[in-house]
Amino acid sequence: MASNINKNAVNIVDRPLPKGKTEINLSSFAFLFSEIIQYSQDRIKAGHELEKKLSDIGFLVGTRVLELLVFREKNPKRETKLLGILSFIHSNVWKALFGKQADSLEKSTEADDECKKTTTTNSTYMISDANMIVNKYISLPKSLSSLNCASFVAGIVEGILSSAEFPARVTAHNVAVEGKRFTKTVILIKFNAEALVGR
Amino acid sequence: MIITSCRNINVDDRDENLAFAVNVKVMAIYSLYILNKAGTLIFQNDYVGSVEKLSHNAYISLGSMFHGLHAIASNLSPTGSSSGIETIETEAFKLQCFQTHTGMKFYTISDPNHPNLDEILHNIYELYTDYVLKNPFYELEMSIRCDLFDDKLNRLLKGTTAD
Repeated sequence: MASNINKNAVNIVDRPLPKGKTEINLSSFAFLFSEIIQYSQDRIKAGHELEKKLSDIGFLVGTRVLELLVFREKNPKRETKLLGILSFIHSNVWKALFGKQADSLEKSTEADDECKKTTTTNSTYMISDANMIVNKYISLPKSLSSLNCASFVAGIVEGILSSAEFPARVTAHNVAVEGKRFTKTVILIKFNAEALVGR
Repeated sequence: MIITSCRNINVDDRDENLAFAVNVKVMAIYSLYILNKAGTLIFQNDYVGSVEKLSHNAYISLGSMFHGLHAIASNLSPTGSSSGIETIETEAFKLQCFQTHTGMKFYTISDPNHPNLDEILHNIYELYTDYVLKNPFYELEMSIRCDLFDDKLNRLLKGTTAD
């Protein structure tokens, strides 16, 4: 009996990484995410710090997700092109995390003030998603209407980009869609100057 | 780590079909009340324009009064324990109450001939567990102010899609 238990008891770190799909119940995730937000909310002083806190948690997830997904790929290679890593996030990462691709990946057409000042090329990209799964059950109170809990996802993207050596600032925004009552989520990716050198 | 949403998509579809069926028969649900386990009104909304609006305090006292009547009714039972008021029928309306295992009460005021209130109340409870309890900004036992919950209720009870 005792030997039987020992045989089956494999330490969690000794188990192989599953290759295939592993699905998680949406409700379990929603409750966990809800608790993460409430936990973070108790530990901040001002409203905007919540986004930072969620983004920091996402960052830690992102660094790990990149390793895992590259490990699972059939012909793993290191992504060195800016567009390569962006489309990897838009399709592979979104598929692995949320089961579908993001709605769109665009280059921002508006040259923002910073770019005008430094006369560098525009380096802002947007990933938009109308039905962000992390926001499925979240209704924002009026006092926090500018908050988007997809900051967590923005953190994941930032984590991936940072560990792939494309340093960037990533933020999540609510954008109103014409004819729709609810806003869509836009993940704004602003690459740092050093990420663009030689590319 | 894929998060599935299949189950919920099906539920949404079913809600819409159901709301559609309700609309066709013109068996309207006039209003919905939700009481927390202490008997405090945490949600009230009317779904038909013709319902006379009362003051905010009047709704709260109506809710507490129902809670009291429900408690008295369950004690009046001559044959052991009773689960309290389930329906009140009149010529003009029907009140149907659904009490959860946690002591919350959901009750609707509807057309007296409404066919499937049990199912609708159950669907409302499901919407509550999804869009209220999983919302990190909702404080338990407090009044419900969630846009998504309002929207889904409108879809279910009015058959409108407020996109």
